[in-house]
Amino acid sequence: MHNTWVVFKRELGSYFSTPIAYVFLVIFLFLNGIFGFYIGHFLQRNQADLMSFFSLHPWLYLVLVPAVSMRLWAEERRIGSVELLLTLPMSIGEAVLGKFLAAWAFTGIALALTFPMWIMVNYLGNPDNGAIVTSYIGSFLVAGGFLAIGSCLSALTKNQVIAFVLSVVVCLLFLLSGYPVVLDFFKDWAPAAVVSGISSFSVLSHYSSITRGVVDLPDLIYFAALIAFWLFASAVTVDNKKAD
Amino acid sequence: MEPLLEVRNLTRRFGAITAVDDISFSLVPGEVLGFLGPNGAGKSTTMKMVTGFLPPTRGSVRVAGYDVRRSPTEVKRRIGYLPEGAAAYQDISPAGFLEFVAEIRGLRGADKRRRIQRAIELVHLEPVLHQPIETLSKGFKRRVGFAQAIVHDPPVLIMDEPTDGLDPNQKHEVRELIRTMAGEKVIILSTHILEEVEAVCNRAMVIAAGRIVADTTPGDLEARSALHNAVTVTLVGADPEQAQEMLGQISQVKRVERLDAPEGQLRLRLYPSQHKPFVNQVSVTAQQQGWEISELLVERGRLDEVFRDITLPLSKAS
Repeated sequence: MHNTWVVFKRELGSYFSTPIAYVFLVIFLFLNGIFGFYIGHFLQRNQADLMSFFSLHPWLYLVLVPAVSMRLWAEERRIGSVELLLTLPMSIGEAVLGKFLAAWAFTGIALALTFPMWIMVNYLGNPDNGAIVTSYIGSFLVAGGFLAIGSCLSALTKNQVIAFVLSVVVCLLFLLSGYPVVLDFFKDWAPAAVVSGISSFSVLSHYSSITRGVVDLPDLIYFAALIAFWLFASAVTVDNKKAD
Repeated sequence: MEPLLEVRNLTRRFGAITAVDDISFSLVPGEVLGFLGPNGAGKSTTMKMVTGFLPPTRGSVRVAGYDVRRSPTEVKRRIGYLPEGAAAYQDISPAGFLEFVAEIRGLRGADKRRRIQRAIELVHLEPVLHQPIETLSKGFKRRVGFAQAIVHDPPVLIMDEPTDGLDPNQKHEVRELIRTMAGEKVIILSTHILEEVEAVCNRAMVIAAGRIVADTTPGDLEARSALHNAVTVTLVGADPEQAQEMLGQISQVKRVERLDAPEGQLRLRLYPSQHKPFVNQVSVTAQQQGWEISELLVERGRLDEVFRDITLPLSKAS
């Protein structure tokens, strides 16, 4: 655990020692504003809630989270520092977890900086603050799931652009797996149980049930399993690809 | 003495290529082993397996009794490693980087600060301590790599081409550093600069096509040279034909070769027949003939020549 903490500190610090962090934070907050007010019609809806804002988060993450995760391992392998990192006395699991948690904490900071929206709806009306809290939790979990996917795909290549594109595609599949766009592909040939299994992988359906104000155990288990699976896959990928 | 590092039947294949082929050796504290070999001979791959970065296809590595596959963390704790090119993080400063490595190495508090300070002083990192590593010169980057490798004072130090890309002054400094650290440690360094092996190592291992082709001392390696104990003499006022004949009659001389020399001088190289010194006879002959000796040199042997002799046939075969 100590090693994970040391890696976490270094990684989180490195976000802020480069312009990446500031560019990301500004763009995230800016797009949140644009999406929330214009595309989500925050003002026209005449309701004191943040539904329009939260319903767009998965789509925002679809592009922005792979931008954070793409460098996690690809950069490390490209410059060769992975050799140094993995000959230090710690396990690959600890390194994977530390890097992931740092990236997750970083997106958490970006998410937390949207708090003026929350203050504003409270000033304008009487929103369901419980639903807002669960929405924040749900949004954070979606970011975590995407980051875990991105972490694994970043370990697959030395090229950050490839890592980015692969991550966007895989995240999109997980996002939409409950929707016809993905299900139609399987419907014709896969057994019904498989199709319903795939549809239950949908990030969007689990997320939307959380944003309604109830955090159910199955939803939490879903996100925990999603993150755990992809982190495990990350560790395996790093182990197999590190010396290539 | 118990060996601190034991490598047994180490083999690594990449697909159909066997990069390291059944290498075994063991080292006791105080040994400084120089890995010699042409590029692609398997030096780096061997080091990567010893440090636990690359799993071997076959064979074992033990450090202080711990097997690298069964207890990788225990092994890594005891090793300081300078990878090829010393790739370190680019975006942080040497100070931040050493702090990170020291913490992963389990150092804390005052002990941590003292050891980091000591490593910084040993490699003279003070002037660039707070600049991002990516802005540093090659020499300073290498020193950062050194500092992280020695910060925990490891019993085993492994360095992949530690002086590659450094200028002569920096090379000298790095060799001095390695010499001061030898003694209680086991040190392995790879190089293709032969003078480096002479300068810092007390054991030399030549690797070619993944195999050990020589495992001896640098001195012995030199002695294998045809030039070992050859005498090069420069004479003034000697008749070339006569001098060649006279010197060729010395019993230990196998063959006389005429080298280029300035106008009015004669430079001859006398090859020994039994690797035994015979410089005395040369000077006696010169005196008897009334030749003036302007230069007299006993050759120690040329490592590059030995190196070529040993490795070339194997490289061609593979």
